[in-house]
Amino acid sequence: MSINYIPRRFTVVRDKELCINCGCCVRQCSNECHYYADDGKTALVNSNACVACHRCVDMCPTGALRIEKYVCDYRENANWTPQYQQEICRQAATGGVLLSGMGTPKPYPVYWDKILLNASQVTNPSIDPLREPMEIRTILGRKPEKITVEKKGKSTVEMPPQVILETPIMFSAMSFGSISLNAQKSLAMAAKNLGTLFNTGEGGLHPDLKDYTDCAIVQVASGRFGVHKEYLQNSRFIEIKIGQGAKPGIGGHLPGEKVNVEVSNARMIPEGSDAISPAPHHDIYSIEDLRQLIWSLKQATHNEKPVSVKIAAVHNVAAIVSGCARAGADIIAIDGFRGGTGAAPTRIRDNVGIPIELALAAADQRLRDEGIRSSISLVAAGSFRCSADIVKAIALGADACYCASAPLIAMGCHMCQTCNTGKCNWGIATQRPELVKRLNPDIMHERVENLINAWNHEIKEIMGGMGINSVDSLRGNRLMLRGIGLTEKELEILGIKHAGE
Amino acid sequence: MSITAGLRRYEDVNEEINRRLKSDDKTAVREVNGQRYLGCGLDSGKSLDIYGTAGNDLACYLNGGRVTVYGSAQDAVGNTMGGGEIIIHGHSGDALGYGMRDGKIFVRDNVCCRGGIHMKEFRQMKPVLVIGENAGAFLGEYMAGGTIVLLGLNMKHGEKLFGPHCASGMHGGKIFVRGAFPKANLAQNISVCELEPEDEKELSAYVKAYCRYFGADYAEIMSKPFKKLVPATSRPYANLYTPNL
Repeated sequence: MSINYIPRRFTVVRDKELCINCGCCVRQCSNECHYYADDGKTALVNSNACVACHRCVDMCPTGALRIEKYVCDYRENANWTPQYQQEICRQAATGGVLLSGMGTPKPYPVYWDKILLNASQVTNPSIDPLREPMEIRTILGRKPEKITVEKKGKSTVEMPPQVILETPIMFSAMSFGSISLNAQKSLAMAAKNLGTLFNTGEGGLHPDLKDYTDCAIVQVASGRFGVHKEYLQNSRFIEIKIGQGAKPGIGGHLPGEKVNVEVSNARMIPEGSDAISPAPHHDIYSIEDLRQLIWSLKQATHNEKPVSVKIAAVHNVAAIVSGCARAGADIIAIDGFRGGTGAAPTRIRDNVGIPIELALAAADQRLRDEGIRSSISLVAAGSFRCSADIVKAIALGADACYCASAPLIAMGCHMCQTCNTGKCNWGIATQRPELVKRLNPDIMHERVENLINAWNHEIKEIMGGMGINSVDSLRGNRLMLRGIGLTEKELEILGIKHAGE
Repeated sequence: MSITAGLRRYEDVNEEINRRLKSDDKTAVREVNGQRYLGCGLDSGKSLDIYGTAGNDLACYLNGGRVTVYGSAQDAVGNTMGGGEIIIHGHSGDALGYGMRDGKIFVRDNVCCRGGIHMKEFRQMKPVLVIGENAGAFLGEYMAGGTIVLLGLNMKHGEKLFGPHCASGMHGGKIFVRGAFPKANLAQNISVCELEPEDEKELSAYVKAYCRYFGADYAEIMSKPFKKLVPATSRPYANLYTPNL
């Protein structure tokens, strides 16, 4: 083996006192860190390929395994950090573009952690969500500019198609191909039981999910994989994918290795062929062109489906959102730069785009200033780690939130950030049959449901504390937010006051 | 009885077409002035004749139906079509047959930029695009399957068979070109080959259909030699990335 100039990342420590050589770890590790000695009985470990996914640790029946960070000091250098040196070595060896999985791990500011929520005291009583009605039902879709009623009080306005969700939380786009069919099915089952939606991503809809089309958001991306008339008509709403927070301005590229027979069926491409979604839609070069695609989708579905446009949070996000709204989008999803991905060029993921908090606040404000905020629905995406993040997003102006990483963690993901290798030991970001079968949708949908139900309770609890009994009264209610340790400019963009004001 | 489009909005015209095609299998629209989405998602067994200039996204998501235009068409004809046939007695704008997965498009004259991009095939589905004259830039960009036939008829002196960046990123399918073509306009990693006997057979069927639709002379078209353009590799970007573990 040639020298690769890079020390390993982790050490797998096996406690010989506890290890019973049962071989569970040997069978579990797709990175082949664990193996049997020549005697065929003694389990040994080679930590070089360990990604710290914890599969062996969690599965070990005697708790004999532990993952440690491998400490190998470089001469201290705040500029040439080990990370940059190692990345250079990788590129020197291959000449390739660096590719990473999941959202950026860089320590950019997380504004959710710098925003505090309000609660009622004395003057406006808080509400007990356990005993009083608390509404978190969320309705997405274009709303008419004004309501007209006939004499008896019945509305005479023809209502555009609406989508009713029982929670403001939806599952973000993850294609079959980037994740396994079992993972996607778990999300579909959970969405159905929770009264919310999952999103097929740009990978088409697998025939096994045909029972879940009434809770499916189907994506139309630049590669148009799996897009046909029936796919569009069998959906709750259609989403045009313009961009993704983890890789704004970049397309998708599912390598041929991951296009097995099942993935090929859903995407409607030959087995083993690369699925390339380029950065732009070649029929969209302007807001007017976007309008053309939006209305073509509406025509293809007899105006029965709302059409969403998903964009990455970039510098001019507010103006772009305004353009999308005027192009006829019923729902606009903004994906912040901390959002996850199955694979993105590292440099793009870690350097392009802006945080969802600022993008959302700016877009909401712009739409309000232009008097069109109430006509469309805004969906925020890009890393929601807990229910409080979601409450803050709604108060900043979101109608609903897209979550993906959190439900994946509920299914076993440990954020090892190597989704792109296709060797996911948890059966999520892989197409290898022996790994996919580790994820049982019948069990995993319950874990995802538990998570969202727990968050729903917490959202109600937080709203109750504010004295608010409907999520509609929370939406865009920035008076419920205060900044902590933020500059004047940050407060101005977020449209909130500082704590104490 | 045919439908008159005139200056009516496309929603109106399309609604009338859909209503008509609920009971009839065939209808015609006259005096078309760029109305969009005509024949959108038309199902198998239905056919639509269009007189005038068809607007953008003609026959998008076509679902097995047949659309004939007696005139020219604007951009994005047959956008993401899944089957059927489009016959244009004129020329076509940009992004013709974007992402088409099955069916056939015949254009009598020329097409603008980005014709046949993202064409892809799947099992028995094989999209076919036949262009009578020449094509603009980026013909067959990202093409992943199916067949494009470029006949180069009626070319004036100095005109080129296709514009720059032809077959850029192509990783499947084939392009048949007739006569001389500008090699400098061809993307890297594209091989120029002679036709195999099965290619000859396939090409002959498409040219015959072209001649049948537009009254061209089969013998004259076939008298000039054809070449086949195919990707040198089906994985042009296989070594682009390095896992950053």
